Amino acid sequence: MFKRLFHQAESGADCSKLCCTKIENFTVKAGSLVIFENVNIHVHCGQLTALIGPNGAGKSTLLKAILGEMPHSGELKYVDAKGKHTGHPVIGYVPQYLKFDTSAPLSVLDLFAACLYKRPVWLSASGQLRNQVLEELARVHAADLIDRRLGALSGGELQRVLMALALNPKPDLLLLDEPVSGVDQNGLELFYSILEELQEKEDMAIILISHDLNMVAKHADQVVLMDKGVVCSGTPKEVFSHPSTRRIFGVLAGQGGKTSGTGFEWIEHKRHPRGCGCELCGSEEVQD
Amino acid sequence: MENIYSLLDMLLPFEWLEYNFMKNAFLAVLLITPLFGVLSTMVVSNRMAFFSDSLGHAAFTGIAIGALAGIMSPMVSLIVFSVIFALLITYIKNTSSASADTVIGVFSSVGIALGLMLMSYGGGFNKFSRYLIGDILSITPEDLGYLLLVLIIVLAVWGGIYNQLLILSINSSFARSRGMNPMMAECIFAVLVAVVVAISIQWVGLLIINSLLVLPAAAARNVASNARQYHLISVASAMISGICGLILANYLNMAAGATIVVIAAAIFFITLAFKRK
Repeated sequence: MFKRLFHQAESGADCSKLCCTKIENFTVKAGSLVIFENVNIHVHCGQLTALIGPNGAGKSTLLKAILGEMPHSGELKYVDAKGKHTGHPVIGYVPQYLKFDTSAPLSVLDLFAACLYKRPVWLSASGQLRNQVLEELARVHAADLIDRRLGALSGGELQRVLMALALNPKPDLLLLDEPVSGVDQNGLELFYSILEELQEKEDMAIILISHDLNMVAKHADQVVLMDKGVVCSGTPKEVFSHPSTRRIFGVLAGQGGKTSGTGFEWIEHKRHPRGCGCELCGSEEVQD
Repeated sequence: MENIYSLLDMLLPFEWLEYNFMKNAFLAVLLITPLFGVLSTMVVSNRMAFFSDSLGHAAFTGIAIGALAGIMSPMVSLIVFSVIFALLITYIKNTSSASADTVIGVFSSVGIALGLMLMSYGGGFNKFSRYLIGDILSITPEDLGYLLLVLIIVLAVWGGIYNQLLILSINSSFARSRGMNPMMAECIFAVLVAVVVAISIQWVGLLIINSLLVLPAAAARNVASNARQYHLISVASAMISGICGLILANYLNMAAGATIVVIAAAIFFITLAFKRK
């Protein structure tokens, strides 16, 4: 008999006593072509928000706009747990692809040492530095990769290494652009279990572009369906039972289970401690 | 200088090292080759082989302008011109939509053509031909002092910017996402290569200078699996080919620079056979 807290996170809702990031009225245009417009998303710390949508929906572009790499209109607001404005959040970013020369003589340790420390990499790494890097890698279950060559990593391994890099300096907002290919099923499960650990241990909001709707249904607190703008958003249950989702991902419909006809199962789960004071938590208990 | 000569006599009592000009050349090789070994790691990683080649060509124009104008010493004019040329290529490469090899190709042809045109002015080209082949045996103790100074400066700058260059060599948008300014690091590196090429061109020669900026790291890349091994093997391969090349050239009476390059190429093919899977 498990008691679970059903967390209804709606974008745009106000939050108190928890840090949150608001993406307000984001619009990106390339010449006269509108990539997406009027995107409003509201994410809490400790929450995983999944961005889903067809190819060309503007998901990756939205992440680049949040990073500030893409010219856009609209505002990014960040409020920390004490309700003070802290201006711009620290953002960690894991790109979908990292195009690099796979024959480069460069180890994972080299990459970390170059990104995080001043000491030139061609001097031998001190034991202390190595231990620090091991610790960083351990957070993403990648400590055994430290001496591997970057070009010899699989897609999933590279993704975890890049994630460990994105976690230093510690971000308020972690943006993940999940690779479409090159990650096997085991890698995918590991990736999502790392995300769960991060949500539990670290106080950060995560926005994930995902192509695996089953994984999204299982793990996300909030789902945002994008197609040139936000089509619908809400809990996995709400979004996957929405008519637009069925229209866009129609082929997968009707495969039994607790699916509301979309083919995706979801599990309601909690992220916030009970009685955290957040209005969204609402203390609405659901029994499985 | 006498002390160093007697030290060399004591440590290496060989016939080929008997004369002072050979001792100077030997010391020059010991100073120049690590410099090229270190710089070549990034030239190869950043795919800048063509860029460093064009710097050699630009040096020609620098020498010609210096010799014709006569306002400053050829060496100063050479360095100043090479640095301006390197910065200009880097700037245009990063801002123009034309591909990098086109931009470099344009600059490279202008550099050599302008240089040859100015040098042949009044029919006095022959006195410049030593810049084509280079003559390491003509190096003087004073030049050695400058080389040592350059080596120290390059190593110091290298310690400061290497990490940034390494991140840049992975992917420039990744470098930007780590809060770096890729243009800055690239410009500093371009200036370093320009200065080293300008200083060493009269000892090594235009025709082979670029080989020394490519071959050591190309060989190291075949077998190294991290940045430290890459540096060590690159420097070692440059120094071994430098010393062996000098000795061989002396006994067989050949051009030293060319012999050094042939040995470096041999090392490359040997490492190719042991290439890591």
